[in-house]
Amino acid sequence: MDSKTKNKFIAIALFAAVLSCLVFAQTINKGINVLKTKEVPLLEKIPFVPVKEFKLGLDLKGGSHLIYEADLSAIAEREKREAMEGLRDVIEKRVNMLGVAEPQIVVQQVDDKYRLVVDLAGVMDVHQAIEMIGKTPYLEFRQEKSLPTSTQNNNDEEMSLQDIFEGTPLTGRFLKNADLEINQQTLQPEILLEFNKEGAELFEKITSQNVGKRLAIFIDNALISAPVVQEKIAGGKARITGKFTVSEAREIARNLKAGALPVPITLISQTTVGPVLGKASLSQSLRAGLFGFLCVCLFMIVVYRFSGFLACLALAVYTVIMLSLFKLIPVTLTLAGIGGAILSVGMAVDANVLIFERQKEERKKGEVFERALENGFKRSWPSIRDSNLTTLLIALIMFSFGSSFVKGFAFTLSLGVVVSMFSAIIVTRTLMRMFLGTKLEKIKWLWR
Amino acid sequence: MQFDFIKYRRIPYIFSAGLVGACLVLIAVLGLKWSIDFTGGSVLSLEYESQVPSTQEIQRVISDMGLSPVIVQKETDKKVILKLPYINEQTHQQILSRLQETAKIQTGSEQFETIGPVIGKELKSKIKVVVVLSLLAILVYIIIAFGRVSFPVKSSIYGLMGTIALFHDVTIPLGIWALLGKYAGYEVSIPVITALLTVFGYSINDTVVVFDRIRENLIKNRGEDFGVIVNKSLNDTLVRSVNTSLTVLIVLLFLFFLGGSTLKPFSLTLIIGIGFGTYSSIFLASPLVYSFYKIKNRKNNKK
Repeated sequence: MDSKTKNKFIAIALFAAVLSCLVFAQTINKGINVLKTKEVPLLEKIPFVPVKEFKLGLDLKGGSHLIYEADLSAIAEREKREAMEGLRDVIEKRVNMLGVAEPQIVVQQVDDKYRLVVDLAGVMDVHQAIEMIGKTPYLEFRQEKSLPTSTQNNNDEEMSLQDIFEGTPLTGRFLKNADLEINQQTLQPEILLEFNKEGAELFEKITSQNVGKRLAIFIDNALISAPVVQEKIAGGKARITGKFTVSEAREIARNLKAGALPVPITLISQTTVGPVLGKASLSQSLRAGLFGFLCVCLFMIVVYRFSGFLACLALAVYTVIMLSLFKLIPVTLTLAGIGGAILSVGMAVDANVLIFERQKEERKKGEVFERALENGFKRSWPSIRDSNLTTLLIALIMFSFGSSFVKGFAFTLSLGVVVSMFSAIIVTRTLMRMFLGTKLEKIKWLWR
Repeated sequence: MQFDFIKYRRIPYIFSAGLVGACLVLIAVLGLKWSIDFTGGSVLSLEYESQVPSTQEIQRVISDMGLSPVIVQKETDKKVILKLPYINEQTHQQILSRLQETAKIQTGSEQFETIGPVIGKELKSKIKVVVVLSLLAILVYIIIAFGRVSFPVKSSIYGLMGTIALFHDVTIPLGIWALLGKYAGYEVSIPVITALLTVFGYSINDTVVVFDRIRENLIKNRGEDFGVIVNKSLNDTLVRSVNTSLTVLIVLLFLFFLGGSTLKPFSLTLIIGIGFGTYSSIFLASPLVYSFYKIKNRKNNKK
């Protein structure tokens, strides 16, 4: 064995060991915990391995994938995009109130239609979530309660918003529009409010009663902004000034607009998976993958003996790399994605079969062990490249397709194809070269 | 040991022609049953705590609500799948509470999918684009890959025969799907189409590998009869073709039998497709090239 091979082997072994720590972090930490209880000073210093979880998709941990279509007929063409963003903010706030972890809400444009795609993971009561999302945003203005001076100790944070503000008759339907403006003199961003006739009267009345106090704007009971009324405002046009950045001001204006011009949405597609079901299908698929892996190993060892065994080691490296990539990228694992990964286990050894068959042929031709080994790798390369190329090509085309099933499958399959080229060729070759010139080389039945 | 694929080539020809013909008839007569992915509609799957109420009872509960058509499928003693038209969330909740009255449903076991007709239509047109693009990509690949062999027949003939084999590999699973759709309620869903596209990418390689070997053997054994060379190439690559497909089939079988129900139609399509793909690359593609060569020769000799 030359030193280059040895170095490569050590590098691969180290690489695999580090990745294994990442993949099996929890199990390893349990082991470390046991060691620490032994009260050996040296052992106590062992650090825990950082834990990183797999990211599971909706079909595996349970949840809902909802597609809403927005009715934007009341909104001018150039303002549609912004209206959707406002709607997105409003719904995100509502979903957050439900306590959904990392909700994903995306605006999608299909031809001239706008959609809102909402992904809710781990929600037990999807029905409640759907009801909350479907409501039109409710915008209202609230004035400060006249509080006894003793309690008014500027301890606003300690008091709930309900205690500070009380409702006024002024609501979103009196608001005609809200927009962002940059003040020409101060160059500060400002929010311009415009009320309809009825609203203008109400606003005048409310502002006259609240000069020097705050007038809070709420959407769905969430505070958007609480500007202080400087003076009585007549005419139905008001400005909110203050120290906000352009993007903050833009967000406030967007939210106000969503309350002023509510965009009705209808649910046009729903996929809901119960959490129990998701867990069951995850464990089923993982078991299928494990058995598939073991059976492929058995097959390779029976058919290719020692070479087959080395291919299994390479397959183990392959599995560890794939699992770490899932954690590191991170890949949102769906059932389809796991299907793609499991399929790629079968495909990963394809290259090994090609290589070993070539080596067999070379040996039959009377080549010495080393020549047969190297030629096997070299001559099978074009076939390996081609077969992976077509699979990759189709996977890439599939990836462009919108459906999440196809995307998940295509992504893990392509990842698997790329990683398998490394494991089946480089890892297997290094492992095989380790046995060049050793006694094992001479035992013919090992290398069928 | 050498098999004589060339001498007995007509047996698989007849077998495959019959099978493809039958499948085409099945597809034409029975039609393919498209899933709600493409047509719009709802699928509700539930697990009961003890026993599923009778199919008639569930059917009655749903039709009382004025919904039709309803298909009720019992998966196991506890699990049931309902197929309904597109329904809104309110109806969905109504169905759930009415079914809850018949027997206790296990919490968290529900799976519900409802797809509006608009989304279905969109997916259908989108998947068409993907299928066409994949076909084009494979065709380009075939032209490039098969351009390497151009003797004793033109490279386009190799390409043509490879394409015929591919057509065979996809028609058979589709035919089986038509049959399963009629008698077992299997539907052509997005996973099935995905599997068929994967078969496309995977199966073409077995054929290319044999053709590559034919080219290699043509150079090495100049002057040898074409039939002998094709046969030798098939035998050279036989173990390889069978073994590579076997490893993939092993994992797919596990996925089919042990994997979740969502992956069943997907893995079944792959199993059928890859199985027939391996068969066609051995028994059809290369022998067909030889047959073409012989027919052409006979015509030339007559002139």
